[in-house]
Amino acid sequence: MYNFEFVKPSSIAEAVKALAEEGAQPLSGGQTLIPTLKQRLNQPDMLVSLTGIAEMKGVKAEGGALVIGGATPHAVVAAEAAAQYPALAALAGNIGDPAVRNRGTIGGSLANNDPSACYPSAALASGATIVTDRREIAADDYFQGMFATALEEGEIITAVRLPIPQKAAYVKFNQPASRFALTGVFVAKYADGVRVAITGASNDGVFRWTEAEEALSANFAPEALEGLSLSGDNMISDLHGTGAYRAHLCKVLTKRAVAAA
Amino acid sequence: MPKDGGIGASTKRREDVRFLTGKGRYTDDINIRGQAHAWFVRSDVAHGMLNKVDVAAAEAMPGVLKVFTAADFAGVGGIPCGWQVTDRFGKPMLEPKHPVLAEGKVRHVGDPIAVVVAETLEQARDAAEAVEVDITQLTPVLDMKAAIAADAPKVHEEIGSNLCYDWGFVEENKAAVEEAFKNAAHVTTLELVNNRLVANPMEPRVAVGDFDSAGGMHTLYTTSQNPHVIRLLMGAFVLGIPEHKLRVVAPDVGGGFGSKIYHYAEEAIVTYAAKTLNRPVKWTSTRSEAFISDAQGRDHVTKIELALDKDNNFTALRTETYANMGAYLSTFAPSIPTWLHGTLMAGNYRTPLIYVNVKAVFTNTVPVDAYRGAGRPEATFQLERLVDKAARELGVSPVELRRQNFIKPDQFPYQTPVAVVYDTGNYHATMDKLLEISDYAGFEARAAEAKARGKWRGFGVAHYIEACGIAPSNLVGQLGARAGLYESATVRVNATGSLSVFTGSHSHGQGHETSFAQVVAEMIGIDAGQIEIVHGDTSNTPMGMGTYGSRSLAVGGSAIVKATNKIINKAKKIAAHLLEASEADIELKDGKFSVAGTDKSVDWSGVTLAAYVPHNYPLESMEPGLEETAFYDPSNFTYPSGGYGCEVEVDPETGKVEIVAFSAADDFGNIVNPMIVEGQVQGGLAQGIGQALMENCVFDENGQLLSGSFMDYAMPRAEDVPFFKVDHSCVTPCTHNPLGVKGCGEAGAIGSPPAVVNAVIDAFHRAGRTDITHIDMPVSPARVWSALNG
Repeated sequence: MYNFEFVKPSSIAEAVKALAEEGAQPLSGGQTLIPTLKQRLNQPDMLVSLTGIAEMKGVKAEGGALVIGGATPHAVVAAEAAAQYPALAALAGNIGDPAVRNRGTIGGSLANNDPSACYPSAALASGATIVTDRREIAADDYFQGMFATALEEGEIITAVRLPIPQKAAYVKFNQPASRFALTGVFVAKYADGVRVAITGASNDGVFRWTEAEEALSANFAPEALEGLSLSGDNMISDLHGTGAYRAHLCKVLTKRAVAAA
Repeated sequence: MPKDGGIGASTKRREDVRFLTGKGRYTDDINIRGQAHAWFVRSDVAHGMLNKVDVAAAEAMPGVLKVFTAADFAGVGGIPCGWQVTDRFGKPMLEPKHPVLAEGKVRHVGDPIAVVVAETLEQARDAAEAVEVDITQLTPVLDMKAAIAADAPKVHEEIGSNLCYDWGFVEENKAAVEEAFKNAAHVTTLELVNNRLVANPMEPRVAVGDFDSAGGMHTLYTTSQNPHVIRLLMGAFVLGIPEHKLRVVAPDVGGGFGSKIYHYAEEAIVTYAAKTLNRPVKWTSTRSEAFISDAQGRDHVTKIELALDKDNNFTALRTETYANMGAYLSTFAPSIPTWLHGTLMAGNYRTPLIYVNVKAVFTNTVPVDAYRGAGRPEATFQLERLVDKAARELGVSPVELRRQNFIKPDQFPYQTPVAVVYDTGNYHATMDKLLEISDYAGFEARAAEAKARGKWRGFGVAHYIEACGIAPSNLVGQLGARAGLYESATVRVNATGSLSVFTGSHSHGQGHETSFAQVVAEMIGIDAGQIEIVHGDTSNTPMGMGTYGSRSLAVGGSAIVKATNKIINKAKKIAAHLLEASEADIELKDGKFSVAGTDKSVDWSGVTLAAYVPHNYPLESMEPGLEETAFYDPSNFTYPSGGYGCEVEVDPETGKVEIVAFSAADDFGNIVNPMIVEGQVQGGLAQGIGQALMENCVFDENGQLLSGSFMDYAMPRAEDVPFFKVDHSCVTPCTHNPLGVKGCGEAGAIGSPPAVVNAVIDAFHRAGRTDITHIDMPVSPARVWSALNG
């Protein structure tokens, strides 16, 4: 990697200030950024570590929602969300390997918005609120395509607020090499309806399958999806599967998620 | 048996103590005072004219000692090829030059263009970015069949063709084979691809060059399976350094699977640079570099046909294979699709007539060479898929069709129509054992239970043969090898009775330090703890050929047995002198020499001490000391064989194939350490399953490697393989080596891919999808789904 300055602030305010510097980039768990730096594909002047900020860590229940600090590692979510939101805990506990889960953070994953990452589907299906150092963003407004989000330059995800559903499940079909989601479906049932968010499949990144949501809101059962289908036209096509295959998986996995919820 | 384990004991691997506690000494652990670091500038295009390499800016960068380009190696030979294949018309193969750094052209992504040597690795890497490379891209040659068209662009213009050779075997049988096909009652045809693989040993390649200017001595530390071979190839053919001034050390090596057999340019370059700069020079491959610079494996495209008579007896077999050589000929590349492949096409069967045609083709891809099994997995995959397909077409049991055509136990030694003579085997026994340990009889019930869960269960069987214990030197010489394939050993007995055994074999995961010591311990009757196995350094081991082709115990072990027998013979003479008895009356048992029929004896250490403190010693007739060297050249290959059974469950909704059970019944001849054998089989099975279900090396239409990292190249993990049932109780000892051993290192990777694919096809057919008669590897979920919904 190239040389860079490194700071590790202990408060959000200090981090925001440091990120205002020219060429500064935030570093959370580093599970994407560090390999990118090692490949010399990124050349920041300064990295601002977010993992030393106590107020950005931890999982707590608050008025029917889970509030998870942006710098909370997946392993902590897997352990501490298990009682209130088991589907989310299971998702977190199945990301990468133990090393990834103990370094990678929920805020880092959502900020990166990898089209095959698991967390974006949970945030979108939960109708989560992305809390930043300067505002709150609804998940429906936050995800804006592959690796694209509503975050502004220097804006930090300080917490994620996920309403706890009545029922939920995440079913991930692994890409055989990376074990990212070749396709992953998160289904969450709330009092006011069902939300279905799909990762790994679309060229536009994580998305809601609204037809499925309507059908499942009327009848939360796998059979409710009969007759529905997604087109593979705008789905990711690569050496691990065609768009048509991913479109097919979307339906299979949605059914399985409903059955598992 | 010695109390800490002789032949037949599952002694724990002594080398694991250091491997598991971080005390292994790998090449990258070697850091020499004053060491500089090398970083390679590699081609990022598959095919292009290399117009200019400007190193001026890079050489001005901080810490840079020198930037080497092809011009610096003008007086140096190319990387040699170790095997010359003669084509079916009697002409030698086309053999293009393989320069250590690209000259005038780049021929694959990863082809090295320049080398920066700097004080630190980061400085070298910084400067590498300042090397200006001007390349005019050319159309890459990628598809093998298109590559041999007359108007195809040429990978090497100077040889005029991309066809390295067109090999026929046995050429004289061709007409008879054609005739047999005309008379066949049934012909089964299969076209298939044997997918290209990346070896991916856990330890990437590393090379450290050192030069002692006072003595003119070169030393190369390298991740090699055969340091003497590297010394010979690099010293004699590339750099012109005589052996006595060149030491090659391959210390602990973290896996090779074939990819560390070959002499690579990086080894010659660090050796050369160390002398040029008078500084030790180190290069450590990154994982990304390994994907584009380590020789890769397999990559065959084959059409195979089987002729049967009306009673389902095999009457003839013919094949046409396109074998990818990549951009240059790696050390043993030409031999893999020919002599290590064509000679195995009889399999376990009595097929009387066989004709194998292989067209080896140059393409703008990473060179291809041996990978665990090397030619034999390709042969086994074709044959065992074909026999399975024939059985389905004929409506007979795949097990019974095999059994009917197996060479019978009383037909050994068996001369096949493809040159080799199988010394021993009992294929009916291993098939029976397989059916027993895999509970074949209970399969229908398991399939019914799976069906109730929505899964399609299938059972696939494969029965393999391999030729190991490579190889009789005079034979391989006739076949084009430019090397002998004997093995060496020196047994040095120390004064107080301990032994240092120097072997030309090389252990890079096989456990030689344990199993070889068990052999010597058994022969002398002393504890294995008294015996040290030394390997991997040309300065202290006799000229040896290294480890590959499941040869180490069969050939290297036989050399150790020979040398140890010389030791025992001499020790008996010393004992006879000490005991004042006739040598003929001396018996060695449990580390003690005694005179037959008396209570007179002297123990092992009494004799060894006498050899080195020869006060009471027949000096007039015998030299003092106790050290012997032996070279063993095998008289035949060894022929391990076995029956493998794979049970899969296919998820018809997602296409995912899960291996729910896998059983292996092998005949490896005699076994020295059953635990190590089981470990070797399990590792081989995991690799074979990796090829069958997951691994695939894919280039795009520009010759860029799409599967260039573990993000896209799917390596099997523990969760991808079942608990294996491994049995090696069927033993027909090899008749021509002293231990009666056959070799076990490659079997798992050879026998498992067809068993897996046969199981998937079986699952399809049981579910009514008899229209699908083949599916290519890797049988990924997406491929299965496409096959089912195609």
